[in-house]
Amino acid sequence: MEAFTGKVWVLGDDIDTDIIIPTEYLALKTIDDMKQYGFSPLRPELAGQIQKGDIIVAGKNFGCGSSREQAPEIIKALGVQCVIAKSFARIFFRNSINNGLLLIEQPDLHDNVKEGDEVTVVMNEHVDHNGKQYPIASLPENLMDIIQAGGLVKAMRKLNGLD
Amino acid sequence: MGETIIEKIIRHNTGKAVKPGDIVTVNVDRVMIHDIFIPFVADKFEEMGFQKLWDPDKVVLIYDHLVPASQQDDTRHFHVGDAFAAKYGMKNVHRSDGICHQLMTEAGYVKPGNIVFGTDSHTTTYGCVGAFSSGIGYTEMASILGTGTMWIKVPETIKVVIDGELPENVMSKDIILRLIGDLRADGATYRALEFSGSTIENMSVASRMTMANMAIEAGAKCALFTPDEKTAAYCETELDEFQKSLVGDEDAVYMKTMTYKAEDFVPVMACPSQVDKIRDVSELQGETIDQVFIGSCTNGRLEDLMAAAEVLKGKKVADFVKLIVTPASRKIYRQAIELGILDTLAEAGAIITHPGCGLCCGRTGGILTDGEKVVATNNRNFLGRMGTSKVQIYLASPKTAAACAIAGKIVMPE
Repeated sequence: MEAFTGKVWVLGDDIDTDIIIPTEYLALKTIDDMKQYGFSPLRPELAGQIQKGDIIVAGKNFGCGSSREQAPEIIKALGVQCVIAKSFARIFFRNSINNGLLLIEQPDLHDNVKEGDEVTVVMNEHVDHNGKQYPIASLPENLMDIIQAGGLVKAMRKLNGLD
Repeated sequence: MGETIIEKIIRHNTGKAVKPGDIVTVNVDRVMIHDIFIPFVADKFEEMGFQKLWDPDKVVLIYDHLVPASQQDDTRHFHVGDAFAAKYGMKNVHRSDGICHQLMTEAGYVKPGNIVFGTDSHTTTYGCVGAFSSGIGYTEMASILGTGTMWIKVPETIKVVIDGELPENVMSKDIILRLIGDLRADGATYRALEFSGSTIENMSVASRMTMANMAIEAGAKCALFTPDEKTAAYCETELDEFQKSLVGDEDAVYMKTMTYKAEDFVPVMACPSQVDKIRDVSELQGETIDQVFIGSCTNGRLEDLMAAAEVLKGKKVADFVKLIVTPASRKIYRQAIELGILDTLAEAGAIITHPGCGLCCGRTGGILTDGEKVVATNNRNFLGRMGTSKVQIYLASPKTAAACAIAGKIVMPE
């Protein structure tokens, strides 16, 4: 079973899309131009500190707010490997799947983890932290299909006979 | 077995009875794309390899967040949008007519029972006429433009019943804020809200629109109101048998039912910086403010401007307060001129702006700085939404907002 390990950044409840990327930066041309402003209203220094392969652990309702798809794209562009939260907002959830950003729902990890800790994710089974296993669910089949195709764009290219 | 409204809409669309949790593919009746996301939709659409739109007449493109442009590169979005519309034969383009969610129902693009998606979270608004409408991202929008279809998970429904007569200074905004406070910001995530009861029946379509607009602030996938005679008049249509059937059945299965008495509602505000941090206005009285914003797809309609004008008639906005009024559409703007509402507001000292998203999305028209406080009638008070992250945003009804503008501090509407 696929597994990976990453260093943790801890965020709270209701991290909204205006925090992930404020509206004033949405008309910048590319995600790379925008990503330095990720999380800036809450933690202006965070975007510069995140390293490739890090993991965000958050409370409930992560990604609430607008439909801006730049939110998951920026998190992915910053190198974040996955977001583990108590729960996710629905538009953010769909946008993340469509862009190949892995999201994992886990109700208890957030209360027991601190920033800088390492966690290991064993896909569709559990998250390991400090010798303890936190169970996680498998993704529904239709979502796995999109992820396995490499995101929605690739799935549509296949449909149109391009790949 | 009975059905909820959302189950009836999906059954009608797919031809099969559904239950919560089912994953189904629906045929989309209409889509809306706004100016911020059109460049991304256009890129993804072409990257996906589509040659044509599934139905150009079902696609609506609306410029609102960036109109008129406030930053140097904003107009690029209009050029990209215009080129995309020309290339693929789209006729439904609005370049300066107002806010997307207002126009979708006002211009007749959405009918009761339709399934509609938009690249904006407040697409839930069209539930005010009994349509299933929800926000999506630009990648998903690009795939709908090519296929005309979209997968969805049939949501559970939370039923909200409100009976009785609202107190005089309470507006539908106070109801939806209270409900979001009770549900919390994630209380309706993945779920449909369904409204009923005599208070809802007696409410205007515009007031229902305010409530459907803010359903997303409790995480809801959609918010549904039963189409009635007022809906038919607003949509300039006659309801057919299917549309008339969009009532939650007695024996439908609901996740839960929330019951309210209209007489129990009071003016409330969402306090900085969470939409579910609801307090009675009476508890917040005396807090001094710097600005008031009356507008947005939540509360920028004629009845909202009229309510504000009634409060402000013959009075003056406090010296140190900027009152910014932004009608939701050109049609509303013109009606408000004709009825003398804008004159009343201007006489009281309001700054009246062009129709559009304006200050609500924090790009133009009244950006604030550290330590300042604003009472606003829009739908979000998130950190940094109207300027720096140290601006404090209080969300309220137009009546409350107008009263605060006169007093220069938070006060109860009278």
